Amino acid sequence: MKGGRDNAMGMASRPKPESGLELYAWIFMRVSGVVLLIMALTHLVIMHLINNIDVVSYEFVAKRYATPFWRTYDLVMLWLALIHGVNGSRTVLLDYVHRGGLRVVSLTALYVVGFIMLALGSLVILTFHPVS
Amino acid sequence: MSVKPQQYITYRGKAGQWSWLLHRVTGLGVLVFLLAHIVDTAMIGWGPGAYNAAMSLYRRPVFRAGEVLLAGAVLYHALNGVRIFIIDFWPETTTIHKKLVYAVAALFVAIYVPCAIYMLRWVAR
Repeated sequence: MKGGRDNAMGMASRPKPESGLELYAWIFMRVSGVVLLIMALTHLVIMHLINNIDVVSYEFVAKRYATPFWRTYDLVMLWLALIHGVNGSRTVLLDYVHRGGLRVVSLTALYVVGFIMLALGSLVILTFHPVS
Repeated sequence: MSVKPQQYITYRGKAGQWSWLLHRVTGLGVLVFLLAHIVDTAMIGWGPGAYNAAMSLYRRPVFRAGEVLLAGAVLYHALNGVRIFIIDFWPETTTIHKKLVYAVAALFVAIYVPCAIYMLRWVAR
């Protein structure tokens, strides 16, 4: 089934699952979405409007990561955005990939890539130590 | 049940369908960039040379144009996400769902157009 409540009227929102993991995933998408709205748009304004790609450099990041604030900010945003994105992709795969084997393979690939990227991103944020 | 190709991107037509499709496309697009962004940021572990080389790639015109598209994708996904949130947690708003779709479109244009022009100021240089 595509869309959700009052589908016949052309409205699109995923129907709220009854219980269990799917319900938590449904709630997570909405809660993380609101948090990401603030965090990601703030990130865009700071990095792409106030600053821009011409000023972003190693020294820029070193200065930014000298205090724990932006490291924490980026770590929280990374986890929320990546899990939000992986779960959204899971929804898309479940919609489009119906054959059993292919579904298992594509979902597994998604989770493996998601996990590796989450680990890599976290490692970078937590262990970065500027060269002097 | 067989599914026609066009049914993968359409269902009942009208405003909600296009919002749903755009939400998917922008969401997947932002995720692809996020994965690339994790890799480019990881270059910082190899020192200033590697990281600055990665950033100079982003200064190419095609990536600068992509940056503007990315900002649009994030903004649309965020605004339409608010619409979904409203519809889900206040179901009575389904009676004005078309107005909500138009509100998202209006807000998107009002915020995105000036930001995109500002981000594209390098073109005039």
